[in-house]
Amino acid sequence: MITVEDWKARLECEKATDLILELFDKIKKSKLNAYITLNEKDALNTAEKFDQGKLKGKLAGIPVAVKDNITTKGLRTTCASRMLENYIPVFDAHVVERLKDEGAIIIGKTNMDEFAMGTTTETSYFGVVRNPYDLNRVAGGSSGGSAAAVAAGETVLALGSDTGGSIRCPASFCNILGLKPTYGLVSRYGLIPYANSLEQIGPMASNVDDLALLLEVISGKDERDSTNAGIQFRFKPEKYKNKKLNIGIIQEMSGNDDVMSKFYDAVDAIRSLNVKISKISFSSLKYALAAYYVIAMGEASSNLARYDGVRYGFTLDELDSWPRFFSKVRAKGFGEEVKRRIMLGSFVLSAGYYGKYYLKALKVRTLIIGEFKNAFKQFDLLISPTMPSLPFKIGELADPLTMYKMDVNTVPINLAGLPSLSFPIGFSKGLPVGMQIIGNYFEENLILSFAKRIEDELKDTLT
Amino acid sequence: MINKETIFYVATLAKIEIDDKEAEKLKNDFEKILEYFNILDEVPEDVEPTFHVLPLYNVLRDDIPKKSLSQEEVLANTRHKEDGFFKGPKIIE
Repeated sequence: MITVEDWKARLECEKATDLILELFDKIKKSKLNAYITLNEKDALNTAEKFDQGKLKGKLAGIPVAVKDNITTKGLRTTCASRMLENYIPVFDAHVVERLKDEGAIIIGKTNMDEFAMGTTTETSYFGVVRNPYDLNRVAGGSSGGSAAAVAAGETVLALGSDTGGSIRCPASFCNILGLKPTYGLVSRYGLIPYANSLEQIGPMASNVDDLALLLEVISGKDERDSTNAGIQFRFKPEKYKNKKLNIGIIQEMSGNDDVMSKFYDAVDAIRSLNVKISKISFSSLKYALAAYYVIAMGEASSNLARYDGVRYGFTLDELDSWPRFFSKVRAKGFGEEVKRRIMLGSFVLSAGYYGKYYLKALKVRTLIIGEFKNAFKQFDLLISPTMPSLPFKIGELADPLTMYKMDVNTVPINLAGLPSLSFPIGFSKGLPVGMQIIGNYFEENLILSFAKRIEDELKDTLT
Repeated sequence: MINKETIFYVATLAKIEIDDKEAEKLKNDFEKILEYFNILDEVPEDVEPTFHVLPLYNVLRDDIPKKSLSQEEVLANTRHKEDGFFKGPKIIE
């Protein structure tokens, strides 16, 4: 891992162009498969501007990797799908404009599950991302490339997206930090959609300060996303420095023994930080996973209708008749998991089933939001293990439903639209474990201030 | 409850061509996953659905003309184009 501070220290005495060349060299020799497309020429040009003293901003000269479902002008954006294998966007996502405005060097586009549908990066058309701590295991998903790249020092910072845990899961599996911001804090303009009502772009980094810095850059007003809250994040850890925090452990968000023993070690360590910790139970969480998948698949079936082989994306030479052409393009362009989700989504939204599945799922959202609101009357923050298991072996989760169930701790956050951080708390059997720290709406400052306290005071305890 | 005919019908709705082998696999996946979704039957009816997590309000912007994408840019990612237009498949057979 490379921190912003480390990188800046090297920039003091070395040329940015040399450092970027070194980074590309490392990526090309890597076995992780974290990147789909490298932005070599443009990154070197930007580095040269830095060397000439022409690059300014909060991220001047700092390498950032961008998940490949975030639109980058002139730089191939595939969503890890054959459908977009040759797609070159003609505009930048809001977050990419912000990175460029602040002088970041965009290193490349990171590998992910196809259209962000997966928990392991195994659904990528470009192959699985390997875990830097064990090459036979997955890096987690869907933002697996971004997490692995940060963990292995193949970038300094990275952007991911989180629809049901896609930032937090790989952050946990790769021993880094990943934040799913409050719904509406970061503009989704230019994020290729999977399930609009659930997803957010978020920062991934190796420490709290770096994560907060990236969130400062990407948050804020953007009129091109009608769900954007127009709120600008500013990190102010001093505000909460001496606050006695009331922290709740959510009983229904659990894990296997390997995870829970590490989690409770961390809970014991945290007790020394002027906090009161107690348990809380949520009765609606048993519905969360089913509700999440119904909503996500429903939204996916509608969102991915745009891939018609006419305007962009995978196509066939012969235009044929509309239903046949459309059905053939999509049969060849989409992978198995994407097809499964589009079809299940079409099914749950079809006549006769809407009330049974979709409407019920929306009611679950109301119940879950209500329980979180109640919990935040009593608690400042809520915690749980991020993932119920250690990183899986590649190929271990062959059955779709078994894979879906691994999202059980992360999806309730997206249903409620809350912010949540995955924070590394050390290793179990040599593999990383993450703790999820959940805050009330737009309480990113409190989450990150608390995380910074853990980082500053318990770094040597949580190993 | 789910038979292969249903799977082929859903594939028509979703506009994805599938073969018999895929339909068989999807049938099994559907059965398992939909059975799991049945837990939603327990959810009480008298709860308002949530469509948006944040209170929605009209976001208005100033009515100032801005540059939009050029025709060339819009057509840059397709080979099905003619005279500055997209060229689509026949709607009516």
